[in-house]
Amino acid sequence: MAEPVIRVVGLGKSYATAAGLFPALKGVDLEVRPGEYIAIMGPSGSGKSTFMNLLGCLDTPSIGDYYLAGENVAHMAKDALAILRNRTLGFVFQGFNLLPRMSLQDNVALPLVYAGADKESRRAAARELLDKVGLGKYAESLPNRISGGQQQRVAIARALVNKPRLILADEPTGNLDSHTSEEIMRLFGELNAEGITIVLVTHEPDIAAHAKRQVKFLDGQIVSDHLTGQAA
Amino acid sequence: MLKAMLSEAWLAMGANRLRTALTMLGMVIGVGAVVIMMAIGQGAQYAVQQTISTMGSNLFIVLSGSFTTAGVRSGSAGAPTLNVADGAAIAELDGVSNVAPTHQGTRQLVYGSQNWSSQVIGTTPEYLDARAWNIVNGAGFGDSDVRSATRVALIGKTVAQNLFGDDDPVGKTMRIQQNPFMVIGVLGSKGQNLDGRDQDDTVIIPLSTAQRKVFGTPFLGSVRMIMVQADSAENMPRVMDSVTSLLRQRHRLREGMPDDFFMRNLSAAAESEAETTRTMSILLGAIASISLLVGGIGIMNIMLVSVTERTREIGIRMAIGARQKDILTQFLLEAVMISFAGCLLGLLLGLAIALGINAFTGMVVVISGSAALVAFAVAATVGIFFGWYPARKAAQLDPIEALRYQ
Repeated sequence: MAEPVIRVVGLGKSYATAAGLFPALKGVDLEVRPGEYIAIMGPSGSGKSTFMNLLGCLDTPSIGDYYLAGENVAHMAKDALAILRNRTLGFVFQGFNLLPRMSLQDNVALPLVYAGADKESRRAAARELLDKVGLGKYAESLPNRISGGQQQRVAIARALVNKPRLILADEPTGNLDSHTSEEIMRLFGELNAEGITIVLVTHEPDIAAHAKRQVKFLDGQIVSDHLTGQAA
Repeated sequence: MLKAMLSEAWLAMGANRLRTALTMLGMVIGVGAVVIMMAIGQGAQYAVQQTISTMGSNLFIVLSGSFTTAGVRSGSAGAPTLNVADGAAIAELDGVSNVAPTHQGTRQLVYGSQNWSSQVIGTTPEYLDARAWNIVNGAGFGDSDVRSATRVALIGKTVAQNLFGDDDPVGKTMRIQQNPFMVIGVLGSKGQNLDGRDQDDTVIIPLSTAQRKVFGTPFLGSVRMIMVQADSAENMPRVMDSVTSLLRQRHRLREGMPDDFFMRNLSAAAESEAETTRTMSILLGAIASISLLVGGIGIMNIMLVSVTERTREIGIRMAIGARQKDILTQFLLEAVMISFAGCLLGLLLGLAIALGINAFTGMVVVISGSAALVAFAVAATVGIFFGWYPARKAAQLDPIEALRYQ
């Protein structure tokens, strides 16, 4: 079997609160192999957001180890984590999070700026991905000129621009109507079919149903982990 | 990457134009004041140097004073207390490069049908050396002319124009007090002195001739004024002291008796003129530093607001791979760019005002590249200094918190 993209061993995270140390995540083990499409589910406060922040290298764990593409990143310095986020991960957020003053093309190309790519290759890569998500003709527009669904497509293009090993999507359809949600999920399905590994956080069962594997969180622990009908 | 960041900083500046412009205002005023200060300060320095160079450097004059005989003080109108021999003795002192006893007054000059009233200076050839005065046409007189009291004259440009018009004055004979004088040379132009008097409206003749033929003094060999030039500015005080003790000794003044002469340092007069202007430029300097400080704080304030407003943007940038130093650079660059833009406008404003001052008051202003250099150095320093804290604050934001910020 191929080396896992993600291997999490005994991962835990506690936060200091007024009432003392609050364990948001209590020793979680998980493996994600290349090409998988996982939905992480659970009610709010179940620890799934904390888990996502750790997977996304936005936060560091209190205990445990996190191997991302074979490398233990649990105790890396902030700048090293920033480079990992830039090269290895792609983020898709609930609120799209495009920069409002930049054209769609510049938004998509922004990760490449931090990767140090030259202007011409940035432009070419951004164009290619905007075409891929069907928005090439809006390349020079500002984000507020297009709809929410379209903005999320641009955000997906941005997540893909550095050819990441893994896409992390945090409630990507949370701000969209059901029809547009279906379109976005179809896009994720297509990307997964091309071999891209996807980890998706959602609390909606019909969205989670698009994934091939569902992992449920409750009280900071994984309570179920099973394949769905999509896996076949 | 830097290019991309520069264009982003430019975009951010353009996103809120009025705010950016107001933020710059402090810098504009500050840098403008720096430029004006330097233009006026350097102008004053230049004007003093000009004055000193036309007057001659390291000069002082010894003037005949009052003497007291049996309790009766003569005042300065009495018989002169200085004489040519005093001058010769001063010339022997260390550190003295030129000594010129002079006797001067105003006399009517006549040439053909023209006449002109002018200052006539009777002196020795050293006078021209002391004042660094050259002869543009003809030649000067020598010590032999002084000894034999020949009737030769050097004339200034103004005299030449008024008396001789377009004619070449050299070799012509004019009259001073009915006495014929042959013009042997025309002096180079010196322009106005510190008091605004036209220095070219002058006739210079041998001292002996002046005393015998022109001024008809009853005190032959006595003079009211001796001009002394020291060999360097540092030696001036020492030379003035030794002249004092020499003259007291020669005039047999006992301990406790007042000097029967007094001295004036001409270079110091020019310096004091400059002092006024310098005070003004120091005042401007104070205004400049205060407004640069206020301008800098304004930049810091706006950058802090901007960091707060753009917290979410910072979070997004961090999520997609911006390192702390990338965020730091971005905000620092923005602060420096605002600072530089303010500096550029301030430079233009300062230049315009400096030129305006020159045009309306006639005050000498010197506009130099160093002023621009200083202004830009100041702008960069202010931008980095006051932009550092907000940029650091931005760079140290927690990405999760920043992403959650509404």
